[in-house]
Amino acid sequence: MDFSYAVEDGVAVITWDLQAKSMNVMSMQGFADLDGLVARGLSDPDVKGIVLTSGKKDFAGGMDLNVLAKMKEGGAETIFAGVMDMHGVLRRIERAGIDPKTLKGGKPIVAALPGTALGIGFEIPLACHRIIAADNPKAKIGLPEILLGIFPGAGGTTRLVRKMGAMMAAPFLLEGKLSSPKDAKAAGLIDEVVPPEDLLARAKEWVLSEPDIVKPWDAKGYKMPGGAPYHPAGFMTYVGASAMVNGKTQGVYPAAKALLSAAYEGALVPFDTALKIEARWFTSVLMNPSSSAMIRTLFINKEALEKGANRPEAPDQKVQRLGVIGAGMMGAGIAYVAANAGIEVVLVDSTAEAAERGRAHAEGVLDKGMKRGKVTADKKAEVLARITPTADYAALEGCDLIVEAVFEDPKVKAEVTKKAEGAGIFATNTSTLPITELAKAANNADRYIGIHFFSPVEKMNLVEIIKGRQTGDIAVAKALDFVRQIRKTPIVVNDARFFYANRCIIPYINEGIRMVGEGVSPALIENAAKLMGMPLGPLQLVDEISLELGVKIAKATKAAMGDAYPDDAVDAILFPMAEKGRLGKKAGAGFYDYADGKRLGLWSGLEGDARPDLETVQHRLMMVQVLEAVRALQDGVLTDIREGDVGAILGWGFAPWTGGPFSWLDMMGAARAAEICDGLEGDRFAVPALLREKAASGATFY
Amino acid sequence: MSEAFIYDAIRTPRGKGRPDGALHEVTAVRLSAGVLDALAERNGLSGHAVEDVIWGNVTQVGEQGGCLARSAVLASGLDQRIPGLAINRFCASGLEAVNLAAAQARLGGGYIAGGVEMMSRVAMGSDGAAIAVDPSLAMNTGFVPQGISADLIATEYGFSRDDADAFAVESQRRAAAAWEDGRFSRSVVPVRDMNGLTILGHDEHMRPGTDMQALGALKPAFKDIGEAMPGFDKIALMKYPHLQRIEHIHHAGNSSGIVDGAAGVLIGDAEFGAAHGLTPRARIRATAKIGTEPTIMLTGPVPVTERILRAAGMQIGDIDLFEVNEAFSSVVLRFMQAFDVDHSKVNVNGGAIAMGHPLGATGAIIIGTLLDELERSGKSTGLATLCVASGMGAATIIERV
Repeated sequence: MDFSYAVEDGVAVITWDLQAKSMNVMSMQGFADLDGLVARGLSDPDVKGIVLTSGKKDFAGGMDLNVLAKMKEGGAETIFAGVMDMHGVLRRIERAGIDPKTLKGGKPIVAALPGTALGIGFEIPLACHRIIAADNPKAKIGLPEILLGIFPGAGGTTRLVRKMGAMMAAPFLLEGKLSSPKDAKAAGLIDEVVPPEDLLARAKEWVLSEPDIVKPWDAKGYKMPGGAPYHPAGFMTYVGASAMVNGKTQGVYPAAKALLSAAYEGALVPFDTALKIEARWFTSVLMNPSSSAMIRTLFINKEALEKGANRPEAPDQKVQRLGVIGAGMMGAGIAYVAANAGIEVVLVDSTAEAAERGRAHAEGVLDKGMKRGKVTADKKAEVLARITPTADYAALEGCDLIVEAVFEDPKVKAEVTKKAEGAGIFATNTSTLPITELAKAANNADRYIGIHFFSPVEKMNLVEIIKGRQTGDIAVAKALDFVRQIRKTPIVVNDARFFYANRCIIPYINEGIRMVGEGVSPALIENAAKLMGMPLGPLQLVDEISLELGVKIAKATKAAMGDAYPDDAVDAILFPMAEKGRLGKKAGAGFYDYADGKRLGLWSGLEGDARPDLETVQHRLMMVQVLEAVRALQDGVLTDIREGDVGAILGWGFAPWTGGPFSWLDMMGAARAAEICDGLEGDRFAVPALLREKAASGATFY
Repeated sequence: MSEAFIYDAIRTPRGKGRPDGALHEVTAVRLSAGVLDALAERNGLSGHAVEDVIWGNVTQVGEQGGCLARSAVLASGLDQRIPGLAINRFCASGLEAVNLAAAQARLGGGYIAGGVEMMSRVAMGSDGAAIAVDPSLAMNTGFVPQGISADLIATEYGFSRDDADAFAVESQRRAAAAWEDGRFSRSVVPVRDMNGLTILGHDEHMRPGTDMQALGALKPAFKDIGEAMPGFDKIALMKYPHLQRIEHIHHAGNSSGIVDGAAGVLIGDAEFGAAHGLTPRARIRATAKIGTEPTIMLTGPVPVTERILRAAGMQIGDIDLFEVNEAFSSVVLRFMQAFDVDHSKVNVNGGAIAMGHPLGATGAIIIGTLLDELERSGKSTGLATLCVASGMGAATIIERV
């Protein structure tokens, strides 16, 4: 059993301690066990009350997501029954033997949280009569379900709305905001924060203090904080919440809508009915293919990749000493994230001043963190001390990984490679240059690898690792272990033009620009993308990246492809804009107008007002990315669709609700996807053989 | 089947819909009963003279709840055998009452149709509304408040702030001129207290002399809720993705006024008129209602007019005069644009921007205004139409006999 039971000083202490795991997670069996022990405590005449705590440093990480996946196999009926069972267990904790008529009797049950309590790990405490947390600054408390495409479905939604009111509960439910114990106390999520060593003693003390344990919503005369939906105050809250959620999610995330509906409908009825409503909406979300796709990609597969799912067999390659060449924006960013992860960094540039500017970048990032209270002065000093800026290549001696992030020019990169390559692994940070070609400058091509960081390095969590034709396993393991050290998510791809992410994102941008050339209303292009859940429209995206880079890439591609180059229609719009100096956000003018760095409206020089139907615009913008992902798989650039999906969402923000391009194709069916593409004009929409096969056989990618 | 005729149409003056408005002291039931009594008196109705009182009213809570129509009958001098039916089609409730009465009068008998709204006493929206508050419904339908919809119409169909303000200035000018000329004297019945003392005898909301400069100083009313919190513009753009942004042009000066008021119309077949010695003033030639896209919400007058013209076998050019409720300037501007109708035929004596829009009553008010003006100008055919919340529209065509 995952729970132990002991009676101490008239208090039953139930300790959750999942065997063979470092973090408690909940399962249906776990619920049954907990239910039994709570019943035992409630019926034992020698027990005055119950403390529920954890034998680990944290309380619990949440629900075992595999349990949810399993429940789903049984269909809506199984899910609903399972969720109602959970409600039953939690409700028995909450009612704790209290007489429902007189509201007398019952035994206090307190949750004592030593550390992190997430998801169901916080929904269980919410059902208890008091939540006491140890003052553990590393602890995170909250309900992050929404970030996985579901919502708190074990009473968390219903209880939090009744506890705090819809308005106050919104950031915790709708944004999945997590809090430290102190912040959680201040926000009213928990009741008490005590020194870690006093946790159990204080919990027992409270149990023995004969507290009032009737929950406000079980007491007579309960009024919802902030007003029920048709109370004048509540009215504005709900009207506003729907609009905000709808605007933010552009209507593509079923979980947010279900959460709000559960909160609203639940607020109009008694508590137990509200739980039933919550269970119905939760069931509907679990049954929605978007939520399972999001869980699979953003949780299960992302974690698998981070833990080395595609790491070759090799001894530990953790980086001891990192060399970074080139202290520009990318190099400085890489130096910072490495130093922040505890790695010693030698940061080399052509002059000591340039190298020092790279370190100053790290200082800037740390200062921002200090301003927000996330970084202490000690931590800042520690991180900065790990970065050694220098102009002396000899300082790279002893680096087991060197990453060059110099100018995107094969000649410059070759020079640097020759000059700096040592005994360790040598990596190039490039977004466009073929690795196999660059590797020619190296003495040991098997120890040469591409590591493509996304900009800004501090924020973007995906790292694309590119194997050149001769790259060896040790180099791949080294890159993967490095990415793990800096707590980012890796995908490993084979070498081909633009690798994976850029290969897909460039056609997206180009399709947007192409439509501008066709006279399509630019607002329609941008809004159509957002309505599909793309975080940025293609025109805004190219403004962010810079049209200059776009022109450069276009010219290089054309030079490489010759007559086969398919994007002249794009260049016909792009090049004149660039020539006019409309180079994007940094230049203060691009497809949009800007003032003081703030984006205003679309540039009035874009005259298109054609309005093809929304669906056609959306199909073009989405399929052009998705087909490229399929081609990358077909060509062997991608070797694992999990990487294709995780990389798409983390790398370029591909509509997260889909779970990634391959999940999306499975969701709509290959046959439908092929039919859509067959209806679109242009070779870029030619259905790749792989997709055609799946369309014919009805097979899925997963 | 026989025809439905209008025998009389009256209204109260419209009081400012605020605690300092003249009608604020009057209950909804008393104001309604006053209209019923005036109709009975003017037309010599006694006993079980009409089949029903169909009473439009939008915010049916508190004193306006509990089937206000029946309460009004019982509060009036009408015979208790006359029942009452309270109806709600938002802003077209008063017109819908007329249309329902007309449909039934064709089967025989007389009806009183009309409505009331005491906006100073029963706050607009205080009856709740699932379409705004229920997240599933609000998100699926793309709910936005009406002001956003009005601004969306302006953006979609290209009306500027100046267009809207100029329209409002003209509404004020026409209303003032109409009052000066005594054009409302046949229909407006002063509101009196139990002692016969006059509480209000004229429309209180009007601001004669309003000019572009005065309106120009007003801030757009829906910019903040559109662009900032909670950001309704984004919802509108989800439905109208070819637009880049919503132009916010409406404000209190170019939108309908919040007022208190009531109106009633006496409707019946020919036999009813003969039995009571009444002369019909107009026939109700056709009626129509329609549902439209709910986010832009207020475009109903266009498709409902197309529909009613089809039903009546008429062309837009067959209509001599139009009453298009001035909920917001853009609603009427869009109507005139869609049908290429000259402003000289539309709302010739001003409208709700100048005189106010007592939600449940307005439909019945504009039927009376239209009829008076047809008679005054010697014209024959008129069309009244209103935009309706949640995306609806209603219309009525009347013809002088």
